[in-house]
Amino acid sequence: MSVTILFLVVIASIVAWFLAHQRLTAKPWLEVGAIGDVPGTGASPAPAAKIGLGVLLAVIGCLFALLISAYFMRAEMADWKPLPAPGLLWLNTVLLAFSSAALQWVQIGAKRGLMEDVRAGLLAGGLCALAFVVGQLLAWRQLNAAGYFLASNPANAFFYLLTGVHGLHILGGLVALGRTTDKVWRGVAMSKLRSSIELCAIYWHFLLFVWLVLFALLTGFAGDVLVICRALLS
Amino acid sequence: MVDITFDPGDVAPPAEVEDVELYHPHSWLTKYVFSQDAKVIAIQYSMTAISIGVVALVLSWLMRLQLGFPGRFSFIDGSNYYQYITMHGMIMVVYLLTALFLGGFGNYLIPLMVGARDMAFPYVNMLSYWVYLLAVLVLTASFFVPGGPTGAGWTLYPPQAILAGTPGSDWGIILMLASLMLFIIGFTMGGLNYVVTVLQARTRGMTLMRLPLTVWGIFTATVMALLAFPGLFVACVMMLFDRVLGTSFFMPAIIAGGEHLKYAGGSPILFQHLFWFFGHPEVYIVAVPAFGIVSDLISTHARKNIFGYRMMVWAIVSIGALSFVVWGHHMYVSGMNPQFGFFFAVTTLIIAVPTAIKVYNWVLTLWRGDIHLEVPMLFALAFIITFVIGGVTGLFLGNVSVDVPLSATMFVVAHFHMVMGVAPILVVFGGIYQWYPKVTGRMLDDTLGRIHFWVTFLGTYAIFFPMHYLGLIGVPRRYYELGDAAFIPPSAATLNAFITIAALIVGAAQIAFFFNLIWSLFKGRAAGGNPWRATTLEWQTPETPPGHGNWGKDLPIVYRWAYDYSVPGAKEDFLPQNQPPLAIPAAIGATS
Repeated sequence: MSVTILFLVVIASIVAWFLAHQRLTAKPWLEVGAIGDVPGTGASPAPAAKIGLGVLLAVIGCLFALLISAYFMRAEMADWKPLPAPGLLWLNTVLLAFSSAALQWVQIGAKRGLMEDVRAGLLAGGLCALAFVVGQLLAWRQLNAAGYFLASNPANAFFYLLTGVHGLHILGGLVALGRTTDKVWRGVAMSKLRSSIELCAIYWHFLLFVWLVLFALLTGFAGDVLVICRALLS
Repeated sequence: MVDITFDPGDVAPPAEVEDVELYHPHSWLTKYVFSQDAKVIAIQYSMTAISIGVVALVLSWLMRLQLGFPGRFSFIDGSNYYQYITMHGMIMVVYLLTALFLGGFGNYLIPLMVGARDMAFPYVNMLSYWVYLLAVLVLTASFFVPGGPTGAGWTLYPPQAILAGTPGSDWGIILMLASLMLFIIGFTMGGLNYVVTVLQARTRGMTLMRLPLTVWGIFTATVMALLAFPGLFVACVMMLFDRVLGTSFFMPAIIAGGEHLKYAGGSPILFQHLFWFFGHPEVYIVAVPAFGIVSDLISTHARKNIFGYRMMVWAIVSIGALSFVVWGHHMYVSGMNPQFGFFFAVTTLIIAVPTAIKVYNWVLTLWRGDIHLEVPMLFALAFIITFVIGGVTGLFLGNVSVDVPLSATMFVVAHFHMVMGVAPILVVFGGIYQWYPKVTGRMLDDTLGRIHFWVTFLGTYAIFFPMHYLGLIGVPRRYYELGDAAFIPPSAATLNAFITIAALIVGAAQIAFFFNLIWSLFKGRAAGGNPWRATTLEWQTPETPPGHGNWGKDLPIVYRWAYDYSVPGAKEDFLPQNQPPLAIPAAIGATS
């Protein structure tokens, strides 16, 4: 559970940082305000949707931290036989990175009001993400064809589980992205779209980050890092 | 009537928080069924939670009938008994208490108490309820599938949870896991709303340190739940894989009926870690909102400001944080590294510190207060006593060496029912008696309320107090029948019969409560806007029950904290949070 604890420490530090800026040492019983002199609530200037997304990402992060914790704990058992990660994963990683970059480009375009960039970027980002999901499914088929079935080894089971959960989150993001793209095509004013484009981009960067962690885990790279860390510590 | 002496619109600076654009319902269906109004969603959540809670209550009756009069009721066999236990526990903890405190009280009180028009994302909030209802329906469906609901115990420990031979291992367990996953998805939607609304939608002047403790409690519990429920979610997904797809995440190699099952190598302990990573914070997810609500009830009915408001806030936050590092104390008997046992025992005992601070502060709030023993106050006082008793036995069980012999006995049943069963449910009742007038505009009947209180309070003691003793003499929990064990005296059977009769009476007393809820809706005394003369914003709405958008034309402006009771020099013995400071000298001038 050390991965989860680490994740919780990060969340706790963010919460502590936030609370530290909230005058928690105030003595509200002594506060006598005057009319017209109302203290600020300390609410963030960011729109509520952005804060909401931040909280959602913390929840999703916790989900993956727990899955990764379970991965490490199960990997310690004797029957664990790591599977060779399909080479296709590298291509998929590049696709997802492209998708993320495209959405970043859209976001910049939206800030400058460049409609062409926004449209092209949204299409490219969406298609790359879709291609990523298809690529993941192909990787599953390759593994299945090579005899690495879901139930034959826990390492396989974790491979399908982790990529599956991540893929579902991408699909969920694609629904939101699809709605935004649809609005762009229907010619909704850019000022109303900027916020949802930004949210999509943040979500995409986050899922790219999660994928990179999972990728490192599934290709065995993370295990090597762990071994090095343990060697350094002991 | 709202006690405002001047029109705040005259001097109010422009709103810092933009007035949100509300969704306005166009038809009966969008107003009362698919409503995006947090108040309607709150009532939907509460009614669904209470309905499924009644099912769990009946299940506990059936369980007690078997324990009190073993073998007398032929329709209860061993399998049924385990199904009753499992469903009773799961429903009470997750589908009743969590849903009622956060979905019910949270939805109703958060927007009103922070001075918002509605939740931050009303559509998602509506979706949250419907997914929750779906989860409840899937759970209910498991009573009617072949094999019945799962009988694996509410902790659903593998391997037995999915092995043939455990009741409900065909369909029951699958529906249980699916229902929990739906619940978690639905809760996450609601939880996002509660957190963001508290953070972003507070009205002008409502700093975090001016929030009523109810909001602090619900807010902290929501944050905890958002981080803890993924643990249960992961456990459910992986167990579902094991059951349906034949993986071996949790399932070790098992020989059943002389045959090797397809499973090999899995770790049941892994499940326990994931489950209790959720399970322990869950205890506080139902306790922390109760802490908050009780603080407000006590302060209001003792007409005194809450003692040590800052400490109360800090204690709530630190309990929330600590609850994430104590899950191992549920696994002392699962076997673990002794140093981990020591670590978890220490963190467990440390939680007693902020919790004790809260108890001291409640008692010191009562000290020399002008105590009005209204029905909500009776429940709040009963909560303090019950929670202290349940908490103290928790200290026993937090120690490894005491826990190991007691872990499988009725002592544990007594402990957790006191601390997270009876105590929070007393607060639920107190809260309903407190806010029913705001929700409906009518008071609940006082006499019926008092009868309900005394029977419930004394009755639950009659049920759970003797269980401590049963546990200490070694009567095991989870057993369908005790049989003839030499160490169990015949008096234990008498005691069990007594407990069962008490349980039947307490359960039946709830009929008075339900009757009161319905009768008062039509015949109750008109409540007015602020029957308890309370300070918090929900009592200052222009209409009762609050209309769509809560606040009429202008949002309230907050000038003070939530606990200005019996302020010297003030005309009334309470100053609402939105009462501007200039009104005090005016009031003094009026009296002299």
